[in-house]
Amino acid sequence: MNGARVEFRGLRRRFGSTVALDGLDLTVEPGELIALLGPSGCGKTTALRCLAGFEQPDEGEVLVDGADITRVPANRRDAGMVFQSYSLFPNLNARDNVGFGMRVRKVPAARRHARAQELLELVGLPSVGDRYPHQLSGGQQQRVALARALALEPRVLLLDEPLSALDAKVRVTLREEIRRLQLSLGITTIFVTHDQEEALSMADRVAVLRDGRLEQVADPATLYDRPATPFVAEFVGAMNHLPGLVSGDGVTVLGQTLPVEGRAPGTARADVLVRPEAVLVTPVDASGAEGDGIVMVSSFRGSTARLRVRLSDGTEVLADVPGHDSARFAPGTAVRVGLVDRPVLVSARSETGAAAAVPEPDVV
Amino acid sequence: MASLTPQVTTQVTPGTVPGAAPAPAPSRPGRPRRPRVWRGVVLALAAVYFLVPLIASFVFTVKVPNQGFSLDAYGQIFSAEGFGGSLLLSLGLGVATIVLVLLLTLPAAVAVRLGAPRLRPVLEVVCTLPLVVPPITFVAGISTVLRWGPDYLASTPFYQTMIAVQNPDFPVVLVLAYVVLALPFAYRSLDAGLGAIDVRTLSEAARNLGASWPHVLLRVIIPNMRSAMASASFLTLALVLGEFTIARLLSFQTFPNWIYRISGSQAQVSVAVSVFSLLITWLLLLALSSAGARQRSGS
Repeated sequence: MNGARVEFRGLRRRFGSTVALDGLDLTVEPGELIALLGPSGCGKTTALRCLAGFEQPDEGEVLVDGADITRVPANRRDAGMVFQSYSLFPNLNARDNVGFGMRVRKVPAARRHARAQELLELVGLPSVGDRYPHQLSGGQQQRVALARALALEPRVLLLDEPLSALDAKVRVTLREEIRRLQLSLGITTIFVTHDQEEALSMADRVAVLRDGRLEQVADPATLYDRPATPFVAEFVGAMNHLPGLVSGDGVTVLGQTLPVEGRAPGTARADVLVRPEAVLVTPVDASGAEGDGIVMVSSFRGSTARLRVRLSDGTEVLADVPGHDSARFAPGTAVRVGLVDRPVLVSARSETGAAAAVPEPDVV
Repeated sequence: MASLTPQVTTQVTPGTVPGAAPAPAPSRPGRPRRPRVWRGVVLALAAVYFLVPLIASFVFTVKVPNQGFSLDAYGQIFSAEGFGGSLLLSLGLGVATIVLVLLLTLPAAVAVRLGAPRLRPVLEVVCTLPLVVPPITFVAGISTVLRWGPDYLASTPFYQTMIAVQNPDFPVVLVLAYVVLALPFAYRSLDAGLGAIDVRTLSEAARNLGASWPHVLLRVIIPNMRSAMASASFLTLALVLGEFTIARLLSFQTFPNWIYRISGSQAQVSVAVSVFSLLITWLLLLALSSAGARQRSGS
C-alpha cells in the first residue's frame, strides 16, 4: 500500500445559509497522517466527505495523486473510511463485513475469507470472524470497521471521529494502534476530530479549521508552542490571557518584560497569551511576606495539578505545578506568580475586555 | 479539554437488547395477586370475544341436524365449484400486490430518508390518504373510469389496455387498487424498519466499499429490513385475502366474493370456508413471522 498525495483546492460548500467550507486549501503528503481539528461546524467533516464523495463541493476541486476526483462517484474512489457511528452491516458477521468490498469486486470466497482473516489479525481481533456486530463491543466494532476500510488496500484512509463513541481507555489504546498501523502501512490518512489531545498525539501535522477556512497547519509541537493565530492558541491547549503593555523592547506583563513572539499588535495595551505550564507559582512562606495572589481551585491531574489563582487585581491565572507538589498549593494558599522567561504571543485586546483566564469547564 | 470531560458511551446493538433483562419489580406485601386477577379477567374477556364466534362457527359447520357430528362441510369445500379458482386468484392477486407495493414504497422510503428528509411528512400523508377514502368511493371512481371508453378509441392500445386490465382470469385493475389500499400499511412497516437501522451510515459505508446504488439496496438495506418487509407483506396479503367491496362491485371472482356467493346456497360450507381461510391466514402469519425471526437471529 502506497500513500497518495491529496490536495484540496479552494473547496467551497454551503448548506443553505451556513458556509461549511469557505475556500479550503490543503495538501496532504503521501503517507502522512493529518488531523483536521476544529470546533463542531468548522467544516472538517464536510472536507472529509468531499474527499469520500458523499458531498459535492460548490466550488474547488479534490485531487488524489494529481487526478481530479471531484466528480467521481463515491463507489469509484480509492478511499477507505471509518465512520463516527458504528457502521458495520448488522446482517453480516465480522469476516463478511471485512470482505464486503472484495465481494463487490467479485473476489472468490476462499481468497476473500483468507484476506479478511488476515486483516482481522492485523487489527488484533483474530478470533471474532464469526461474530455479528451486536456481539462485539464498541471498540471491537471500530476495529472491524478499520479492517474493512483497509481491505481494498485504499490509497487514502479517512477517519471521521472514529473514537468519539468509545470510552476513554479504549480510545487511547485504539488511537495508538491506528497510528502504529498507519505508520507500518504508510497509508495517507486524514483524521477528523474535535479532540485536540487526539490530534496532537496522533498526527504528523494538524490542520486547525475555523468557519470553513484553514487557520493553521503545522506539526503538533509548532501548533502548541507557536500558534499562528489567537484562535489556534485558544483552541489547542489551555491559555491565559493576561493584560500587558507593549513597548519597544517587548511586553510588560505581571511586572516582567518579555520578548514578543511574532509580530506585536499596534496598540500599547494588549493581551499576552501564556500557557499554564509557563506560569511559575511559589507558595509564600510563613514569614508573612505578601503574595501576588491566592489559589482558588486546585485540580489534581496525576503528573501535574492545575491551579486557578486570583491575583490581587482580580485577574485569574491558570498555572500548572508538578503533581507531587500539589499539597503545597491547597486552595487559600497565598502564592507568588511569575512567568517563564520566554518569548510570548501577544494579541490585540479582546472585545470582552476581561483579562480573566480562559474559562475551562473541567477546572472550575 | 475534551479528554477530561465525561464521555457517554452508547452501544448500538441492532436486534438485541443489551445487558440483562430489567429486574422484576419487587412485589408489594400490601396487595398480593390483585393485578394478576385483573390480568386474568381481561384476558378471559378478550378470549370470549374472539373465541365465541369462532367456536360457534365451528360447531355450526360440524353439527348436522339429525345426524350428529360430521366433517362433511369441510370435505365439500374442496369439491365446491369455484373454490380452487377463486383462492388461487386471490393468492395471485396478493402476491402481485405485495411485489408491486414493495417495489414502489421501499425505494421511495429509502430515497426520501437519504435524499430529501424534508419530504418525509409529505410521503407519509400521501401514503396515509387511502385510509381516509372509503372503499365505496374508491370503487365508484374506478368503475366510472373503466366504463369510459368511446368507441372511436376501440382500436387503440389505450382501449385494449383498459380491456386487458379487466381480464377476469387475472384482473390487473384489482392489483392496482389493492396497491393503493395497502400503501398505508406497507409504508408504515417499512418506515419503521428503516428507522431501526442507520440507513445513511450503512449505505455510505457500502458506497465507500465500491457498491453501486442497486447493490446497496439489495445487499445492505433489504437484508436488514427483512422483518419489516415480512410484516408489510403480511398486512398486504391479509388485506387482499379479505377485501370484498371492490372485488364485488367490479364483479371479479375473488375468494371473499366466492364465499359470499356460496353462502346463499350452502350456508354450512360457506362458514366452513371462513374457518378454513382463517386457518390459512394464521399459517401464513406464522410462516412470515418465523422468516422475520430467522433474519433477526442472523443465520
